Amino acid sequence: MLRVFNSIGQYVILMQRVFTKPQRGTIYWKQLFEEFEHLGIESLGIVAFISVFMGAVVAIQTAYNIDSPLIPMSMVGFTVRQSVILEFSPTVISLILAGKVGSRIASEIGTMRVTEQIDALEIMGVNSANYLIFPKVTASILINPILIIFSMWLGILGGWVAMTATGLVTTSDYISGIRIDFEGYTIFYALTKTIFFAFIISSVSGFYGYQTSGGALEVGQASTKAVVVSSILIILFNLVLTQLLLT
Amino acid sequence: MIEARNIDKYFGDHHVLRDISCEFQKGHTNLIIGQSGSGKTVLVKCLVGLFEVDNGTVIYDGRNFTEMNFENRKKVRQEIGMLFQGGALFDSMNVEENVMFPLNMFTNQSLEEKLDRVNFVLRRVNLENVNYLMPSELSGGMRKRVAIARAIAMNPQYLFCDEPNSGLDPQTSGVIDHLIQEITLEYEITTIVNTHDMNSVLSIGDSVAFIYKGELWWRGNKEEILHTENPELNAFVFGTELTSRLIKT
Repeated sequence: MLRVFNSIGQYVILMQRVFTKPQRGTIYWKQLFEEFEHLGIESLGIVAFISVFMGAVVAIQTAYNIDSPLIPMSMVGFTVRQSVILEFSPTVISLILAGKVGSRIASEIGTMRVTEQIDALEIMGVNSANYLIFPKVTASILINPILIIFSMWLGILGGWVAMTATGLVTTSDYISGIRIDFEGYTIFYALTKTIFFAFIISSVSGFYGYQTSGGALEVGQASTKAVVVSSILIILFNLVLTQLLLT
Repeated sequence: MIEARNIDKYFGDHHVLRDISCEFQKGHTNLIIGQSGSGKTVLVKCLVGLFEVDNGTVIYDGRNFTEMNFENRKKVRQEIGMLFQGGALFDSMNVEENVMFPLNMFTNQSLEEKLDRVNFVLRRVNLENVNYLMPSELSGGMRKRVAIARAIAMNPQYLFCDEPNSGLDPQTSGVIDHLIQEITLEYEITTIVNTHDMNSVLSIGDSVAFIYKGELWWRGNKEEILHTENPELNAFVFGTELTSRLIKT
């Protein structure tokens, strides 16, 4: 328990160093755009793949479980939309990104630590925490909502492809289901969660990478810890944010 | 000049540095020698502020570095160049970007001025036409030379070298040693080299501090070190198979 509080304290101290004004604006903007590519654009493939199949599976399962003739088949579109927007895209995709992006951040910064590159930055008078972690946090917070909107769209598209391919639901039923009782607030809720999760993934992974000491083995351990702790925090904050935003 | 006064450093219960006081002169190549684990790397890291000292002070030309806040330390650090054991070049940047990095961070020079400076310091360390190579494409000796070029890009007043010869063959080690000494004399900087290589000691040791079990055990220069009667230092200096065979013959 003491170790947990110790880690929280170290995390807070590190974040105080991270959230300061970048020493060079031009370098920060350059890094930010590089991180958009590394953390966002390079994740498009996996996000697209998972989203399409996730939407398709939700649609097929819903369609097969509608037994009653009193329930219209348009409910398939409705269920896919609600599941994808409220939970699957923001939470499941964030968990996937915790694995992909989180391990990348932790191993990149951890390797810099064990090869003394972070010491080299400090010796030059650079605030290494700000230089290395701040662009990653801001890039994640800005790019992840775009990834999640992309995921929502592909998830719903995946559901439609599955329904038209299997013939379980017609296109018109599916589309009318998607339009039933749509509330814009659900998008706000999903994106709010996404921003929180993006912060958790990038800052926690940055923290574990930055705290690495030792060699290659410790870099691997830091990377694993970053993914595990980020995932646990995403699940916990998902519950808290759902309670706060939907009740 | 850099002064270390009564420095103590603990890691938990382990007393790593014990009341170390010494001065490192400007325009000299000051060597810190000792066995592995004797505390010399910890001493260097305490001098540059990578480790906080538990007792004592570090003074850079009259400025008390130990008591400075982060902002003031940052200013002093911009006068420091450091060569790390493995070079510590940034993996994601090519040679030119690595050497240009401190210039980008701390100067308002134009791109042309920065490129001129980069090419000048690369030529100074006898490297040409390597600007676009990545660190992974360089040999050990080239990495060290690029790291020296990066360390001197900002015209430092103080140069720290942590085991500059580790992993290098004796000839390349000699080249790096002489380069460090030439730069020290040319720019009249305070250079501190942490090493356990006796070739370095005998070739560039203007001033030598021997650290033994965390204590400053002996001070002298490259001439005096061969005639000392200090048993621990003699064991360190003449402890290799090569020197014992030479003594026998």
